[in-house]
Amino acid sequence: MTSIDTGLRAAPKTVDAPTPAPIGTGSRGSRILGVITLALTGLGVLYGLVISPPDANQSNAARLLYIHVPSAIVAYVAFGVTAFASIMVLWKKTETWDLIAASSAEIGIVFTMVCLATGMLWGRPIWGVFWTWDARLTTTALLLVLFVGYVALRRALAGNPNRAKWCAIAGIFAAIDVPIVHESTTWWVTLHQGQTVRLLGESQIGGTMLFSLLIMMVAGMCGYVWMLIIRFRVAFLAERVDETAFDAAIAERRSEAEKSRAVPTIATSEAQ
Amino acid sequence: MLADALIVVAKDLRIEWRSRVGIDQLVPFALVVLVLFAFALDSQQTVLAEATPGLLWVTILLALVLCVQRIFVTESAPGLTDQLRLSGLDPAGIFLGKALGVFIQLLALEVLTVFGAAILYSTRFGSVGSIALMVCAALVASVGLAAAGALYGALLLGVRGRETLLPLLLLPVVAPVLIGATSAFQAALGTGDVTSVQGWRWVGLLAVFAVAYVTAGIFAFGPLLEDT
Amino acid sequence: MRSVVHLRDAVCVLGRFPALAGATLDVGAGEVILLQGPNGAGKSTLLRLCAGLLPVQSGTAEVLGHDLGTDARQVRRRVALLGHGVGLYEDLTVTDNVTFWARAAAGDAGDVAAAMARVGLEARLADVEVARLSAGQRRRVALAVLLTRHAELWLLDEPHAGLDVQGRDLVDRLVRQAAKSGVTVVVASHDLDRSTALADRIVSIAGGVVTDDVDVRSGRRGEPAGTIDDPESADAR
Repeated sequence: MTSIDTGLRAAPKTVDAPTPAPIGTGSRGSRILGVITLALTGLGVLYGLVISPPDANQSNAARLLYIHVPSAIVAYVAFGVTAFASIMVLWKKTETWDLIAASSAEIGIVFTMVCLATGMLWGRPIWGVFWTWDARLTTTALLLVLFVGYVALRRALAGNPNRAKWCAIAGIFAAIDVPIVHESTTWWVTLHQGQTVRLLGESQIGGTMLFSLLIMMVAGMCGYVWMLIIRFRVAFLAERVDETAFDAAIAERRSEAEKSRAVPTIATSEAQ
Repeated sequence: MLADALIVVAKDLRIEWRSRVGIDQLVPFALVVLVLFAFALDSQQTVLAEATPGLLWVTILLALVLCVQRIFVTESAPGLTDQLRLSGLDPAGIFLGKALGVFIQLLALEVLTVFGAAILYSTRFGSVGSIALMVCAALVASVGLAAAGALYGALLLGVRGRETLLPLLLLPVVAPVLIGATSAFQAALGTGDVTSVQGWRWVGLLAVFAVAYVTAGIFAFGPLLEDT
Repeated sequence: MRSVVHLRDAVCVLGRFPALAGATLDVGAGEVILLQGPNGAGKSTLLRLCAGLLPVQSGTAEVLGHDLGTDARQVRRRVALLGHGVGLYEDLTVTDNVTFWARAAAGDAGDVAAAMARVGLEARLADVEVARLSAGQRRRVALAVLLTRHAELWLLDEPHAGLDVQGRDLVDRLVRQAAKSGVTVVVASHDLDRSTALADRIVSIAGGVVTDDVDVRSGRRGEPAGTIDDPESADAR
């Protein structure tokens, strides 16, 4: 007879418990990083809005770039991390990389939206239009759509045991596209418009302006890592909620057998 | 791998031949889109003539989504994925077969839409060289479109809501093909300021896209069909 | 290493649901096993697991000498599964379908006609699209596909369902012929009268575990994890 109390010998193999496994949404590291991020952002606001002078050509609109440029860089880094983590999912087949890929993609989308929004607000007074089909803008916009699709796929696959693998493949397909998109939009723009807009304008920046930008860059990267840690831990814990139910599910499943055993089956009685 | 691809593509074309969804629905759909563009743009045909390459390729991308939808819907009947995985067919072969099926249908569609545009938008074709450019661009672009389409079609095979997800995932990915093929056609038809030398450079970019996605498909299809 | 199917505490999870919660089963070469149990007991999951189509979460699972955790693909080529879904292309004719699957399994075209004759598909149905067939006729086509695979292990999920009396007799005949030629057969069925006459052993399954294992001829209750009685002898009836 199969003994009913045979325990699960191994934990489900997809689980790759990092040490120590998160038990809350924040850790000491993430709290310190959070304080640093907030402090740097405060400093950035002070420098960006008060201390740094208005730009010679762009006046106060240039202050938008203190948010725009760091958010663009963080967004590219975040999608890069998603692509890298997707490769690692296929290679190492661990849950950790899958959750990192997902978390990073979501944060990347937020930063891309911030980047595009500030870019439009800046573009209106400086270029006279909200949007222009510059290569960099077009690539960024397509990047946004590609990874929105990636996140949509994750949502559609919720609960599917193949989600990690399929999403990793989709993440890599999207990443393969990025350099081709970039090349094609660059050629396309140079052929059609014959001009490339420099995001930082002609004016050379220096001194306090450069310092403000640097502060915001560091604040942006810190903020990214901070959010990534928290988002990862939330996702990890969400997976555990389902998992704690797993042992109970096995026990419940086996108790069905007990019930049916109480009633002699037709086949057994026939055979004897 | 290639033998398996031929088995799969022969089966898909036979299904197409019997059901005639492509001829009965895809071709009319493409023509309706061409007519809608004419309604939306103008009746004087100056804008239309200018925009013909772009309109053609947007039409083909929309038809691509339907074509991929169709060629994978036939695989979703109960028990088919199980049998396919039991069959012993090489996953890379299945991918190539599926992609080849999409490719053949796309080519047929492209020929028909180009003729449709020639009539509806009064397109004037240039020299032999420019026609060669158009043919090459269309062939190479179709390889890329078919490979990317087969990949995403298979990815979404078992996914709820795949009808709406497919365009969201596929269309941004094939955006470079739209840009490249449109520019190459502009060079060939002389509608934009693209020279024919630049047109051939675009064919090169389309080839890069095609190679990237055919390679990705050959490697990714095994894991895609597997359950974890 | 004599057993064709060797499961020890095999756990198989569908999504989050443990469809198999530690199943233990041994099937010897040439045996015919009847798998019985209530709806949702895990019969279909057990069959799909044995076909190498499902991942093993924990425990041991070997089929035809291959570990399902590492080389399920080796197993798949050598088994045949008749599932709930018949696995046929609606838009293709009967012949097209059987030919496609035979070619996919590297069979030859001669098999197709022979297989179709063996399952009693009339010549007039050969060129009819599957979409126009009745449920019973589709199952006959699926049986023909199964025959072209020349598999060593047959996994039949409710093979009698939806078939008329001749169809049910046909299934029984095919199983007996297969067993005689050394094929191992696992049948999941609710049609107990019929299947009991067919089987060497009756394995009961409930709640994702094997609860009972009875040898039909001796009436002896075997340990589900135990030894195999007379793997050589086919059913004597």
